[in-house]
Amino acid sequence: MSNPPSPPTAADVPTPQQREPAVTIYERSVEGRRAATMPPLDVPVRELADLIPPRLLRETPAALPEVSEPEIVRHYSRLSRRNFDLDTGPYPLGSCTMKHNPRLNERVAALPGHARLHPAQDPKRAQGALELMWRLERALAEITGLANVSLQPSAGSHGELAGLLLTRAYHGDRGEQRSKVLTPDTSHGTNPATVTMAGYEVVKVATDVRGGVDLDDLRAKLNEDIASLMLTNPNTLGLFDENIAEIAALVHGKGGTLYYDGANLNAIMGRSRPGDMGFDICHLNLHKSFSQPHGGGGPGAGPIAVSDRIAPYLPVPRVVRREGENGSTPRFELDHEAPESIGRLRGFQGNFGVFVRSYAYIRSLGADGLRDASETAVLNANYLLARLRAGSAGRLLPVAFDRLPMHEFVLSGAPAKRELRVKTLDIAKRLLDYGFHPPTIYFPLLVDEALMFEPTETETRESLDQLADAVEAILAEAERDPAILHEAPYTTPVRRLDEAAASRRPVVRQRRA
Amino acid sequence: MAAEESYPEDLKYHPEHDWARIEGDTATFGITWYAQDALGEVVFYEPPEAGATVAKDQPYTEVESVKAVSDVYAPLSGEVVEVNEGLAERPETINEDPYGEGWLAKVKLSDPSEADDLLDAGAYRELLSD
Amino acid sequence: MLEEIGVESVEELFAAIPADLRLDRPLELPDGISETECFDDLASLAERNADADAETCFLGAGIYDHYVPAIVDAITQRSEFLTPYTPYQPEVSQGGLQVMFEFQTAISELTGLPVANASLYEGPSSVASAAYLALGATKGRKRLVVSRGLHPHSRETLRTYARGFGAEVVEAGLEGGLTDRDALAEAIDEDTAAVFVQSPNFLGGVEDLEALAAAAHERGALAVASVDPISLAVLRPPGECGIDVAVGEGQPLGNRLDYGGPSFGFFAATEEHLRRMPGRIAGEATDADGRRGFVLALQTREQHIRREKATHNICTSQALNALAGVIYLSWLGRRGFVELGELLAQRTAYARDRLAAVAGVEVLHDAPVFREFGLRLAEPVPAVLDRCAGEGLAAGYWLGREYAEYQDGLLVAITERRSKDDIDRLADALERAITEAHRAQARDTRKNASQAGVEA
Repeated sequence: MSNPPSPPTAADVPTPQQREPAVTIYERSVEGRRAATMPPLDVPVRELADLIPPRLLRETPAALPEVSEPEIVRHYSRLSRRNFDLDTGPYPLGSCTMKHNPRLNERVAALPGHARLHPAQDPKRAQGALELMWRLERALAEITGLANVSLQPSAGSHGELAGLLLTRAYHGDRGEQRSKVLTPDTSHGTNPATVTMAGYEVVKVATDVRGGVDLDDLRAKLNEDIASLMLTNPNTLGLFDENIAEIAALVHGKGGTLYYDGANLNAIMGRSRPGDMGFDICHLNLHKSFSQPHGGGGPGAGPIAVSDRIAPYLPVPRVVRREGENGSTPRFELDHEAPESIGRLRGFQGNFGVFVRSYAYIRSLGADGLRDASETAVLNANYLLARLRAGSAGRLLPVAFDRLPMHEFVLSGAPAKRELRVKTLDIAKRLLDYGFHPPTIYFPLLVDEALMFEPTETETRESLDQLADAVEAILAEAERDPAILHEAPYTTPVRRLDEAAASRRPVVRQRRA
Repeated sequence: MAAEESYPEDLKYHPEHDWARIEGDTATFGITWYAQDALGEVVFYEPPEAGATVAKDQPYTEVESVKAVSDVYAPLSGEVVEVNEGLAERPETINEDPYGEGWLAKVKLSDPSEADDLLDAGAYRELLSD
Repeated sequence: MLEEIGVESVEELFAAIPADLRLDRPLELPDGISETECFDDLASLAERNADADAETCFLGAGIYDHYVPAIVDAITQRSEFLTPYTPYQPEVSQGGLQVMFEFQTAISELTGLPVANASLYEGPSSVASAAYLALGATKGRKRLVVSRGLHPHSRETLRTYARGFGAEVVEAGLEGGLTDRDALAEAIDEDTAAVFVQSPNFLGGVEDLEALAAAAHERGALAVASVDPISLAVLRPPGECGIDVAVGEGQPLGNRLDYGGPSFGFFAATEEHLRRMPGRIAGEATDADGRRGFVLALQTREQHIRREKATHNICTSQALNALAGVIYLSWLGRRGFVELGELLAQRTAYARDRLAAVAGVEVLHDAPVFREFGLRLAEPVPAVLDRCAGEGLAAGYWLGREYAEYQDGLLVAITERRSKDDIDRLADALERAITEAHRAQARDTRKNASQAGVEA
């Protein structure tokens, strides 16, 4: 391992970035400076007050920054360097699938035919866009084993909401009023939050000792008031639930729908399909398995794929392919008429720019490439786990469930806390000094002092070795002197922040001068 | 700065980590040291309305820290007669002095005999060590 | 690697998948291709789209062909902004967190409301999110009153979400291009959680937000306004009109057309609703050495902590698009923003007069407009649009798509990219298109008549 950071000493001085105080773009303003100029007015000028009643007009301009272009570029460039990012180093966040973002995707998304196309353009003259969407839908249908797709939802959460609204429509059509949805105690927070937004009540189903859904608890809780069971498989522990077929049978036996949270699809592409497992509805995260860059928190997309019995309720508009007459090329249309549809979930067609990138990714990889990606993702996770277990992490950060994980695994920091007096939080903060983004921490809630690692397929073996070595070194530091971890990080642009004070008396905008 | 771990002898305890200081037919409620420690630094507390009814074993309000929100359970039933308004300004008082200045609500008891179901300090400490 | 793991083959790592769930064939997808071929495939698809450079764009309906300055791309394409995750480790995410803080400030300034979040997905679903907040804030109320002037996609989206909320949606109509105030007041009752108005509305009319807010408050309902962010350069901000929550489509601020997405939705509210707000909120903080920094504040509202009681289910939002937005607003700056607004108002006034003067064209209404307005055409709008497209003009949005009462309606949008020459060109093309359509119609009528004569 090259250049491990030495433990801090009294002689440590702040890093250059630490010496640079945070200054907002507003604080850089100097009256009169500007970057943009407008084109000259080429139409007759009229009094604004003649065009719009004065009482509807703004009196005080918005206090936007007053800065020149070079200042804007410098400000945001410097600000960017206060971010750790995936291009710079590994980001093994569990359930986030931080895989490399191919730059080809940015280039093709910027092609004017895609980037400069208005969403209300006549479909006759947007055939490239509609065909791209249709092809992406077909690919996702094949990958999931669920033939009916809508690309409309803008993120995983949005897809989840769609899924539960579809469920509601499905049962409503059958004259049934169901009020509850089951989610495992390991579920991602968006699942229960979505349940409430869709007008249902959350019922938790327990996890068994093997890390899968507790079938006895499931049987006890399943009845005709349960609208749906929301799962991911492999789950947030990285474990494939071998009982999935039985789970599906149980849920369907009571008339419920089975929902698949696609966050963990990266483990099984080309190997297994949610549709074949018995899921009725699934969402995919294009910003996870399908390489859309995370952007610091979006944009993403959360398309849904559903079985035939749920298809009538899919959102509108829908992309439709019509055969060409007399051998001419097929036509693509947007169909807005679907009487049983749940309706729209947003404006226009969805995050098209994200579709372009994910389509390019799938096209680049192809069938074999996608299968390879999943295979390597699982291999990498298992390798990283093996390397960690071989060291003191085996004793201090044991794996929460002793089974072969798939693309991610969860360790418990409880022994480290007990024996070394360092919490998972402290280990994560010290990892920052070593140049790695930490794994997901304190999730799933089921595991005490959880650390969830998902390296993805685009990390090399060398990179995984370095990560394992870093964890080993940090545990050794903790054994020597836990204070090293308690006070970490030392080298980042800022050190630990007082989040409690920030939430107690929140300051969420620039104070006015 | 949180308080030292303690469970005063003169209080009664509820298994959901709440305490009651009973004085005649009124009681003061709060959360125990264990509860505030598990929560972390409290950032927000919205008291129940004066006049609201609280029921034993039911949540009557919430306490928020940076990383969690916790229901607060009523150890006894009754009507809220006074709430600790000072906590709106300084919710961290709950961490600093959970049994004193960090009290949450004062309740006029509807059934003082419910206190028989509560734990004393020793029994609560035992519950924690399980 | 396999040795380290302790297995003989990779297949063993997939052993947990039951045999009958293992896909025993390759995915039926084309084989992977080289970057060159992939580029060509995407390029050939792009070529089949008539984009805003192929057809001068007068289409609006919430998404506008504004000029996106080059610095937006230069900055948003930086690895450090493009590739990180949501800032859960603030020590290494100060760039992203400070951007959110600056963005929140900009939205607060534009809307005149003190608190704003770090983005939602886009416009129409943000309206639905405002409804969710209002239903939570007015515990027990179940009614949502919307103006027909709200974007059809916003109204439809709200209805879709409302089925989950268990709320009913009631619509108040328009009069003279603006919300019918009497109809609105009549629709609002003691069960109304929120009243929704859009300004400028879908027909381009500038609404009196203050009057509409008052109508809502009279019955204890929240007043929600969906607003065009660029219009806030010139129009009185919702915060000064008594509006409780302002939302809208952020695309006009530094984001591309991109066939409708990704862009961002913005959400701002009064202080009272801070703890009910959806989405990420960045807050100022201090580090262990006393340094100023930023963190995700009030996370206990959010799904990853509050789960079923969260204020919203949103996780991934539109951070990179919001960055584009704040760069754009910084680029325009205090004066540039106002100048842009005034330019739009002037060009729009010119365009409306010029187009209404064309034979066969009338204004749809004469309510004040800012950057978009409705016209009535004497000939079927779809046919006119096709003919204009033939001349390289996307003349506007056919209102008949969603407004049965405006079958002859055309919505024309103006941006700073639409010069006087473009507008004049549109006027000439419209004139030709309408004349041609009229002649074609007359020919058909004569033909049908003569057919009938022959058959008689």
